[in-house]
Order: sequence, then structure tokens, then C-alpha cells
Amino acid sequence: MSDAAIPASEAAGPAGETAVRASGAAAANEPAIRLDGLVKRYGARPVLEGVSLAVSRGEIVALLGPNGAGKTTTVEIVEGYRRADGGTVRVLGTDPATGGPALRARVGLMLQGGGLDPRSTPSDVLRLYAAFHVGGRDPKALLSLVGLERVARTRVRRLSGGERQRLALALAIVGEPEVLILDEPTAGMDPEAKRDTRDLIQSLRDEGRAVLLTTHDLADVERLADRVAILHHGRIVADGSVAELTGAGEPHLRIRLARPLDREGATALRNELRRTHPDATIDLNGVSGSAFAVGAIPPDAWLIAAVASWLATKDLPIVELRTIGGTLEERYLELTGDRDVEAGA
Amino acid sequence: MSRPAPALRSAAALAAMELRLTSRRGENVLVTLVIPIAVLLFFATAGIVPATGGPAVDFLLPGALALAIIASGLVNLGIATAYERAYGVLKRLGGSPLSRSGLVAAKIASILALEVVQVVLVVAVATLVLGWRPPAGASAALVVAALLLGTFTFAGLGLLMAGTLRAEATLALANGLFLAFLMLGGIVLPIDHLPDALQAVARILPANALAETFRVALSGTGDVVGPVVVLVDWGLAAVGLSVRYFRWE
Repeated sequence: MSDAAIPASEAAGPAGETAVRASGAAAANEPAIRLDGLVKRYGARPVLEGVSLAVSRGEIVALLGPNGAGKTTTVEIVEGYRRADGGTVRVLGTDPATGGPALRARVGLMLQGGGLDPRSTPSDVLRLYAAFHVGGRDPKALLSLVGLERVARTRVRRLSGGERQRLALALAIVGEPEVLILDEPTAGMDPEAKRDTRDLIQSLRDEGRAVLLTTHDLADVERLADRVAILHHGRIVADGSVAELTGAGEPHLRIRLARPLDREGATALRNELRRTHPDATIDLNGVSGSAFAVGAIPPDAWLIAAVASWLATKDLPIVELRTIGGTLEERYLELTGDRDVEAGA
Repeated sequence: MSRPAPALRSAAALAAMELRLTSRRGENVLVTLVIPIAVLLFFATAGIVPATGGPAVDFLLPGALALAIIASGLVNLGIATAYERAYGVLKRLGGSPLSRSGLVAAKIASILALEVVQVVLVVAVATLVLGWRPPAGASAALVVAALLLGTFTFAGLGLLMAGTLRAEATLALANGLFLAFLMLGGIVLPIDHLPDALQAVARILPANALAETFRVALSGTGDVVGPVVVLVDWGLAAVGLSVRYFRWE
């Protein structure tokens, strides 16, 4: 960031706050994106109920959450498309709703659906958006960077979903932005394109850009994100590195039977297991249908053997048996209270 | 650190893009260039236009010019913008360093450039094929003023539809209005030949007002104030409602 372009004076008072936070030294330690207690309602329906989040330069933060959790609303407030009903949002020290062209030149967006005219070509669109910036990337070099040089003059309507995604990503970075906001950047890509896109996003991060992305792809999060924030019912229910988040989840066994285990059976099984694993617990709740969870630290082979032999004596056929814990998916489903998704799948 | 390009450069780049996309849409080329010329040629040579005290082309040329402006502003701009809104193109542009006024300026510039091509072609056909000669009273300045005023009004109506209706509804309504204006707007048929009830409607339509304004500009006779007032009223209403109700996504 160039100090010369920005007044160094620290204006006092509430009116000065917005302008001053954008500037030089004061902003050096300031996160590139900062949300404080964001509140948003659509009519009477609360969508965001106090969302706080920060993204620093050189950091990739993934915003994760079920459909309807408020991800898009959050991202659109950061992008300046919507205004929050409460709380503050600052992007590069400025309120995005009033940042104007000067702020938008420093923020690269990748929208869901891309916002591309089907009759335009990748070359058209990149040259157009390059013309909106001073000192942007060369459109030709960018086309080859995202692997679209072969379809540079193909109409967008004839591009594959993955190619459109790569074009939308190229649009986000054509202006050399300091902040990138990517809405589901790898959706619709084949595995190779996903890998290349993750590599590209990481190299953008390594250049010191701040990256906020949303995704449904947990592999994205595990391979890409420095931090994960999980949004559920309009609140951030977890915020940390993947290791921090998964470390907090208790490893356990998940067993699914041909028919449900009743409460009596669960008590009998627990008493049996406690001979070898004094801390064993049985959880019949929160797991759908005929599945139940056995918790014990560690869920070792002896525990599996004990469970299996007890089930054998009771003539209860096992449909599925697996050890769980330490995966982001498990932790995510636990936090968003949506365990049925996996069990029912 | 990236900075926004000068507003003029950004708007010029978008205007060029708009023209390039218009040229790729066959239906837009048809409605903006082919139909006004076809209407002019057909009605001028078919001999079915009621006598208006001069060669048919003297009546039809102003009508064809009005039809060209309606095609550019209402049909072409309206439908293209409606689909840009549906595809999220407008939303994406709104997140770029281009300002909102730059976006509107680019659209208007692209329409004006298209209209220059239309006017040149329509007047060339009238002159070279139909033997039209500008009468002594014709005023080029008034023709330009009519073009600008007509663009203001019909582009305003096109954008109002594009920003408030679904893309499919805009497509249908724009084409329906185009047909209604062609028949009732004093384009090919003088409105005093319409039934009385329709005449009353036609008189307050912007299409008739624009055709009349062109007619006065090209003949140097007749009242220009009445039609101009009608055009301005429609234009102000359309632009005012657009500013108030236009939705970008």
C-alpha cells in the first residue's frame, strides 16, 4: 500500500473514523476484512445475528455453513452489495457500501454464476475488466495462467462449467486486488482444475493478498484454508485452523445395525464395554435411524472387538462400522447439527 | 496498489463491448437495422399509405427514424439489459471499479453510436432508393434534438422494464410495444386515419410524438411543442421510475 496516496493525518471524531482507518501506519496491523457483530434481517426473519470475523493479509479464510446459514448474505455485505442492519464491516479500513470505485479497484470478486454474458468471450471480458483498472494484469497472460487460452475466443455459452469458473476467477484477479472474495471458487470443476485453482489461490495468498472464500467442498477447506469459520443460523459457531477445529472433536465409533438398538440394549452394551474401557459412552441420540455412536478414548481395536463380539452374541447384524473423529466433515456436521446428512446418505 | 481507470476510459471500454455484443445478437441487428429499412421500403413502394399531400416517403422517413430510435432504446437496450440483469452481468459490473454513472453513460453512448448507423442507413435508403430530397425547411439541428430526446424517452422506458420485470417479460413486452407503436404510433399510418378511440390513445403515445417531432424537423412545418411535451413527460416519468425502482439483480 502506498502511503503517498493517503492522507496521514488522523482526523478525530466519529466521522473521521472511516477515512482514517484506511490509512498508512494505522492500517498496517488492521485485518484486511473485519466484521464486528453484523446483524441482518430480511423483513422479520433474522439472517445474521452478530457475525464477527477477520481476514488478514496473506491469509485464506474459508466461510463454511449449510445452505441458508447466511454465507451469501455475509459475503454480499463484505462486497458492498448489501448493508447490514447492525454492526460494522470494514474492508481495507473502509465501509464497502460507501467505498466507491477506489475501494472496488482493490477488491476482486468472484460471484456465484460468474456474472458473464453468454455471448461474450473470455478475451472480451478480461480486456473489458482490465480496462477498468490502472496497472492490472495483462489479459493474455491471465488467460494462460487460468488455462483458458484455447477457448479465449469461444463464447461463454459454449464453455464448460469449470471453464466459466476459471474465467470468473480470472476476472477477480485481473485488477491485482489486495483482497479477494471468492464465492464457491471450485464449484463445478473437475479434480485437475480444482487442484490448479487451489494452487493459484494459494499463490495469491503467498503474495500477501487476503482471501475470503465460501465453499461446500470440505477438501477445499482442508487443503486451502488457513482458517475456517463455520456459520450456522446466522452465528459463527467455530473459528480456527482446521487442526484446531478437528482437535476439538472426540474420536468415536459409529455403528449402524440392521435394526435400532433400544435403551436397554445400550445399557447392557455399555456395562459390557466398561470392563475394558471404563470411560466408554453410548450415544443413541443425535444419530439417525439405526446408527449409534460409541465414545471411548482411544477407540482402539479392543473396543471394536468388544462391541462386535457383544453384537454377535445378541445376533444384531452390523450394517456399518467405522471410526470417526479428527475429520473436518465430522466436526462440521456436529457443529451444524446436521448429522443426518451423512448417516442418511 | 490497483487504482480505478479514468471514468471515461472505463465507460468507453464498456460502450465498445456493448456494441460488439449487439452485433453478435442477430435479433438485435434485425430489429434495429433491418426492420426500420424494410418498413420504409415496403410502405413507400406498396402505395397503401393514405395521401398526405406529398410523396409517401416524406411521411414515412420520419416514421422510420422514430421506429429506429424505438428499436434501439426500447427493444435493443431494454431486452439486452434485462438479460444482463438476469445473468448477473449488472451485478458483476456493480462490483467493478466502474461507477454507476459510468455504466449508464456507456449504455447511452453505445445506443447513440448505433443510432448514428441507423440514421445514416435509413436516410441513405430514402435518398438513393426512394428519391427523397430534404425540403427547404428541414433542420439538421432539430433532427439531432429529436434523436436525443427520443433516445432519452425510449431508453428510459427500456431500462424501466429491464430493471423491474423478469427478462422474459421484458422481452415479450418490448416486442409487443414495438408492434403497437408501429401500428398506432403514426409511423406508417397517419393517426387521423385511426378510429376515434384509438386516435385519442395514439396522440399521447411517445411513438407518435417522436414521429411528429421528426416530421416537423424534416419538413420545417407544423407544431413541435405539443409532441415534445409528450416525449419529455414520458421520458421524465420513465427515468424517474427507473431511478426509484430499478433493481440490479
